[in-house]
Amino acid sequence: MTDKNSNTKAASGKDLDQRLAEMNKRLGRDVQNEEKKANSASDRNGFGNAFKLSSEFISAILVGAILGYGIDWLVGTKPWAMILFLLLGFVAGVLNVLRASGELSGGYDLKASQQNDPEDKT
Amino acid sequence: MANDPISQFNIKELIPLEIGATNISFTNSSLFMVATVVVTSAFFMWATSRRGMIPTRAQSFAETTYEFVANMLRDAAGSDGMRFFPLVFSLFLFILVINMFGMFPYFFTVTSHIIITVALALLVFFTVIAYGLYKNGLGFFKLFVPSGVPGFVLPLVVLIEIISFFSRPISHSVRLFANMLAGHITLKVFAGFIVSMGSIGAVGVVGAILPFLMTIGLTALEFLVAFLQAYVFTLLTCMYLNDALHAGDH
Repeated sequence: MTDKNSNTKAASGKDLDQRLAEMNKRLGRDVQNEEKKANSASDRNGFGNAFKLSSEFISAILVGAILGYGIDWLVGTKPWAMILFLLLGFVAGVLNVLRASGELSGGYDLKASQQNDPEDKT
Repeated sequence: MANDPISQFNIKELIPLEIGATNISFTNSSLFMVATVVVTSAFFMWATSRRGMIPTRAQSFAETTYEFVANMLRDAAGSDGMRFFPLVFSLFLFILVINMFGMFPYFFTVTSHIIITVALALLVFFTVIAYGLYKNGLGFFKLFVPSGVPGFVLPLVVLIEIISFFSRPISHSVRLFANMLAGHITLKVFAGFIVSMGSIGAVGVVGAILPFLMTIGLTALEFLVAFLQAYVFTLLTCMYLNDALHAGDH
């Protein structure tokens, strides 16, 4: 019984591919070209994505540098605050990129928050 | 009309005005902003003037636009974010209509000037800070203190979060400005190829078909970008407003 069932399944699976190909031919659909079109659309999307992520990254570095320069100007510790904040800006840029790409959706890693839960007053 | 791709962004003073040493002339940029506001409000007043259970085409368009922005705001900031709906809706329509106006030949694209996009982004930025402080009080600063970070790295993380927060208006504004600027320059450069190739002779005229096809494709792409950038700007606004509304409850 089961043997026969699986046999027919396999047969119909093979059949299905053939029938799909036949139907596509009858409808005049060009499956390969459609895939190509979809690919070019994703390329355009990729360009937008690249622009988005790079602007996130660069803006954080800029803000870090400007903040550092401002602190230097106020306190008079010439290059040091700028160096520190420029590096922090890079870190913030990476954080921005991770958030923008959805790798990190605002929340922090679960393990750490569970460990700190008793002290957490929020 | 000058042939270089940058001259389309020139600001021209239409009605020169000066108060003291400040130049407040009515420029072509102001003209298109006024036109945008007038056209948008006129359309929505007209579309909603004859409200019916069975909407006319204009009314249905207005309702779709409303639903589109309202759903975006509700998804990003929750239902209490709807108090910002007037701001978000105005921002979306203002940017969208300005971008679409920019697609007309010989029209001026207001959003291709960074001062405009920075002003819009800072408006959102200060709204977030002011409302966040008003609603959450000092709890607003919890935005910079993520929960569950071990104490010894906390100062570093707070600094990084602050930098990340202040970088928002920059990326928010630069994205809209640069997309519009780059798109319009590309369009003009390819359109310029048609003219300069056509002036060579018969071979050039035949060859000019290629940049012509490219220009058609780019025009379609620019329409997409014009809509997409208005959408992205509004979506980011919603996400930032969400922070102002829910900063206290992590």
